[in-house]
Amino acid sequence: MRNELRRLIFLLLPAGIFFAGFFLLPMARLFFIGGSGKTGWAAYAAILTDSNYFNSLLSTLAVAAATTAATLIISGISGVFLQRNRFPGNGMLVAMLTFPLAFPGVVIGFMVIMLAGRQGLIGQVTQALTGEKLVFAYTLSGLFMGYVYFSIPRTILTVMAAAEKLDPKLEEAARSLGASPWRVVLDVIIPGLKPAFISAGAICFATAVGAFGTAFTLAAKINVLPMVIYTEFTLSANIAMAAALSFVLGAVTWIVLALARTAAGSSVAAAG
Amino acid sequence: MKRRGLFFLQLGFTLFVCAFLIVPMILSIMAGLTVNYFVGIESGLTLRWVMEVWNGYRDTIFLSIGLALACLAATLVLGIPAAYVLAKRQNALTRAIEELLVMPVAVPGLATALALIVTYGSLSGFRTSWAFILVGHVLFTLPFMVRSVLAVLMAIDLKTLEEGAASLGAGFWERFRDIVLPNCRQGILAGSLMVVTLSMGEFNMTWLLHTPFTKTLPVGLADAYASLRLEIGSAYTLVFFIMIVPLLLAMQAFAKPRPAKFVAEETE
Repeated sequence: MRNELRRLIFLLLPAGIFFAGFFLLPMARLFFIGGSGKTGWAAYAAILTDSNYFNSLLSTLAVAAATTAATLIISGISGVFLQRNRFPGNGMLVAMLTFPLAFPGVVIGFMVIMLAGRQGLIGQVTQALTGEKLVFAYTLSGLFMGYVYFSIPRTILTVMAAAEKLDPKLEEAARSLGASPWRVVLDVIIPGLKPAFISAGAICFATAVGAFGTAFTLAAKINVLPMVIYTEFTLSANIAMAAALSFVLGAVTWIVLALARTAAGSSVAAAG
Repeated sequence: MKRRGLFFLQLGFTLFVCAFLIVPMILSIMAGLTVNYFVGIESGLTLRWVMEVWNGYRDTIFLSIGLALACLAATLVLGIPAAYVLAKRQNALTRAIEELLVMPVAVPGLATALALIVTYGSLSGFRTSWAFILVGHVLFTLPFMVRSVLAVLMAIDLKTLEEGAASLGAGFWERFRDIVLPNCRQGILAGSLMVVTLSMGEFNMTWLLHTPFTKTLPVGLADAYASLRLEIGSAYTLVFFIMIVPLLLAMQAFAKPRPAKFVAEETE
């Protein structure tokens, strides 16, 4: 028995050493460097007290919240639909919807430029229709579009997996009792999918808060927190501030995911 | 009758969402192959842009492939034994370890990269080598390997299998090699696909970790988007698609019986 315990510790050791040396230690160091700048530990409060940082925090949270809401609605509708209705071409649609699953943020940004950029499709169509060119790729709306693009594939997979486990008999019962399709959705389907919505929504939110590649591709002018951190680090060489801000950002995403996990009762991990 | 209408309404909506995801990909592929995207497809098709990307950014492609394979090797060596331990002992401690291991995925890549730079940035030999990027990629992908293997180990009756082998006289390493590894090869394969795909596409961390001599494919992409004409950016994206699409298709084929596995990783 003793022997076995020693063996298990031995097996865990490589991952443990790697993780401690390259994550825990650097993160601890990042924390202390965050407090070592001109303003000392007040750097950690700057995100709330400095109006520039606070504004970018607000726009970051707003884009993330909007992304989460839009993605859940879109994936909820299409995910349940594809799970419930088997028709020729169904598998093809699922494959197409989950395809961009592992695209990096920079590529997503480029996809937004293809749609809403200066030479983009939306611009061409609106110019032909109204004479005015609609270009919004390089703004917060473009970023929102990119994050929705990015979040749909993984959210739809989660929703479909959860919808598969819903009991269709409950819906039949509701219907036979005279509930309208709308009431069935509201009272049976949405409550049944709630854990999936919470965990997928948390991943959406955390990814949108922390993502960097999409904003980087679209424009340096987009004032979200990851871009601010990047600017502080590279242009202003204000390493302490960048450290403090990124530590706060990391804490925010981690807390969101931890809260969602408690609420949904299953483990949640972000990616991207 | 009403339900039929609802069906077509939902189908239309889903088709629209599909178009939203697929149309920009098609536009980008076309742009990478047309002589002048601004003029349109009438200007003719060409492989000129793809060749320019190949000549200018070939190194980033090889570096990304090399990094992805090294990352895979590292996650296999670190991840499989860790997953085995986590499957073997399920208590508060191992749950906490699992939780910790997932942190680099939850924490933004920018923060992890900054932490690595402030800690190891002064070791110049390490800072300028591709191993510096590898460390970041391994941190980010390790949880996917661990969870993928762990999910399979939890689904099989590991205890009985191991006891059976032990009662026949198999030692620990024999059991690990002949019982544990073959039984979790589904999880290892799924995890490997995920690790390679994510490593090839990782940008958030890599952008800060890279040096002019260690540019990966996504870093080169960001470069090309920022400074070169749209056609070259598109051709480069096309090259990226060609590399990543087989991996994504393999992952989809794999995920079919359990679609949620790669996403929410519900271990309970």
